Amino acid sequence: MNHEPKDKILSICADYGNQPDTLIEILHDVQVELGFLSTEALIQIADALNISRADIHGVVSFYDDFRREPTQGPTVKICRAEACQAVGGEDLAKHAKETAHTNIHDVYCLGNCALGPAVLIGDDLYGRVTPERLDALLKTKAAP
Amino acid sequence: MSARAIYVPCDAAALSVGADDVAAAIEQEAAKRDVQIKIIRNGSRGMLWLEPLVEVETDTGRTAYGPVAPEDVAELFDAGFLNGGTHDLSHGLTEDIPYFAKQERLTFVRCGITDPLSLEDYQTHGGLAGLRKTLTLSPEAIVETVTQSGLRGRGGAGFPTGIKWKTALEIDASQKYICANADEGDSGTFADRMLMEGDPFVLLEGMVIAGLAVGASIGYIYIRSEYPHAIKTMGRAVQIWQAANLLAGSGQTFEIIIRRGAGAYICGEETSMLESIEGKRGQIKVKPPLPAIEGLFGKPTIINNVLTLASVPIILDKGAGYYRDFGQGRSRGTQAFQLGGDIKRGGLVEKAFGVSLRELVEGFGGGSRSGKHIRTVQAGGPLGAYIPPHEFDVEMDYEKLADIDAMLGHGGLVVFNEDVNMAKQARFAMKFCEVESCGKCTPCRIGAVRGKETLDKIIAGENVAANLALLDEICELMTDGSLCAMGGLTPMPVQSAIKHFGEDFKG
Ligand SMILES: Cc1cc2nc3c(=O)[nH]c(=O)nc-3n(C[C@H](O)[C@H](O)[C@H](O)COP(=O)(O)O)c2cc1C
Ligand code: SF4
Ligand code: FES
Repeated sequence: MNHEPKDKILSICADYGNQPDTLIEILHDVQVELGFLSTEALIQIADALNISRADIHGVVSFYDDFRREPTQGPTVKICRAEACQAVGGEDLAKHAKETAHTNIHDVYCLGNCALGPAVLIGDDLYGRVTPERLDALLKTKAAP
Repeated sequence: MSARAIYVPCDAAALSVGADDVAAAIEQEAAKRDVQIKIIRNGSRGMLWLEPLVEVETDTGRTAYGPVAPEDVAELFDAGFLNGGTHDLSHGLTEDIPYFAKQERLTFVRCGITDPLSLEDYQTHGGLAGLRKTLTLSPEAIVETVTQSGLRGRGGAGFPTGIKWKTALEIDASQKYICANADEGDSGTFADRMLMEGDPFVLLEGMVIAGLAVGASIGYIYIRSEYPHAIKTMGRAVQIWQAANLLAGSGQTFEIIIRRGAGAYICGEETSMLESIEGKRGQIKVKPPLPAIEGLFGKPTIINNVLTLASVPIILDKGAGYYRDFGQGRSRGTQAFQLGGDIKRGGLVEKAFGVSLRELVEGFGGGSRSGKHIRTVQAGGPLGAYIPPHEFDVEMDYEKLADIDAMLGHGGLVVFNEDVNMAKQARFAMKFCEVESCGKCTPCRIGAVRGKETLDKIIAGENVAANLALLDEICELMTDGSLCAMGGLTPMPVQSAIKHFGEDFKG
């Protein structure tokens, strides 16, 4: 790893005053920066916050948002919860798994339950998503 | 002519169906025609099937058009929509649309009306009146007002808010905290999100009042990461609020910090949420001690749902009696019902407790969107019961729902049509518990896996009677032996599905 990411990580930690209680905020920001949480990154964060490596691994593995492997393109979150199931969400999810996009994840509710099926691409929310619309969105919004 | 005010919501649901593109198209078309307009990005009115809902300020009031697509914009100009002209998409005055007119908006009184980030708008429409009154009251009197209002927690458990506050008030501590639970994990719910995006200051006002009541000077808002728009809007609202220094001269301070969740449903449970705010795994902690006595960083902490806190300002402003006069029995005030799934007019309906499920689903909601027969409504999120049509006349309040083995939860109502397979829904409930269990206790951790496997066998037609009996035992074990409501309530959707839709469990 070159120096740049390390400096970036340390400066994110410093922005949060190197406070252990801000760990989840830091993990989010570092993940945005690097695309995933590498082992080196976790070690640097643990050292900066003065917490154990076991603790940081425990936290990272508990939360679904955190990725330990490099990813390509923005995160695509497909709602698998009940209100979307009721309007064809499961067919959409099945279709999504068949696309070439690899950074696709299941979530349970995106707060768009009156306009499902719902999909979140990066920070953009979409409603009434049909398989065709998902294909179009993946092409324009989520190209790696 | 001064610039016409045109409202295009910035609510995430409206954005999800193209509100930004519509705003841009209106801007362009106005420039092309050389007319002066001013676009205001408001919150959503909650009539989500009409989103993007464009409103034009006319001499008689705000006129509604929706759902508007960018392609419709030129036509709307041609139809004279800037003067309230009629068009296929017009609905007349927004406030006269029956869905809206028939509501009782207390908590959502400003949502969709104001610019969410204008503190001036906020005050023009009644904001800060509650806080001003609070500043003249003793902590005991604030707590008493909340107690008298009958307000109960809107996060799911329905615990009386005043009693919780009293516990924290009576404890002597160097530091106390207020935590707004904005994890809104229940599927089928979006009211917290809509409020945070549409009227964020009311949550902040509620938190400050809670702080003044119990003697807390720091507040946290824990927002799920699935809500990037709410996180952004709340973040800016906090900056604007702090800069306005609204407590200047009162001798009081209140600092507000936002923390993001990270994709764990269990972090909506209060002890898990506190762990997460402390930067740890969101494992459940055994109560007692109650968080109101020993919570965040070991200090007394009030945890309330977003809607609970956001209901406090109007209670302080208009008085406990005003709020208590809405509702019935032990369910006082209003509830934000959220209509989702296969429903024609999905959205948010704030009504006094006591409205029937039928009125919500058929009256407000207009029945299914697909036109198919409605088979069931799941009320109260993923841990809530599936209610069959013969119970649709139930009056929506905490007790009446408990009487039919159902619950209100956070007020989500998910409509399913005749195509639903209830054995699969029951399996989903177990699977959800398996995925989201924090793993601390065996009945939940193992029960969910066994429950799912047993349902797989039932669905495959293997020893159905014996497996149904086994499933019943698993459910009983989970209900009685789980440490928190995740494992404890997962049997509710499962058993309601079996009870009311037994024909789907014959293999
Ligand atoms: C599994 C589980 C998930 C929960 N999720 C939420 C949630 O997303 N939002 C919420 O406000 N309360 C949630 N709760 C309820 C909280 O534990 C707590 O009762 C509530 O935040 C208290 O606030 P209130 O009294 O204002 O409702 C959840 C509880 C459990 C057991
Ligand atoms: S019931 Fe489930 S979620 Fe709750 S403490 Fe037990 S294992 Fe954790
Ligand atoms: S259930 Fe899919 S967005 Fe809420």
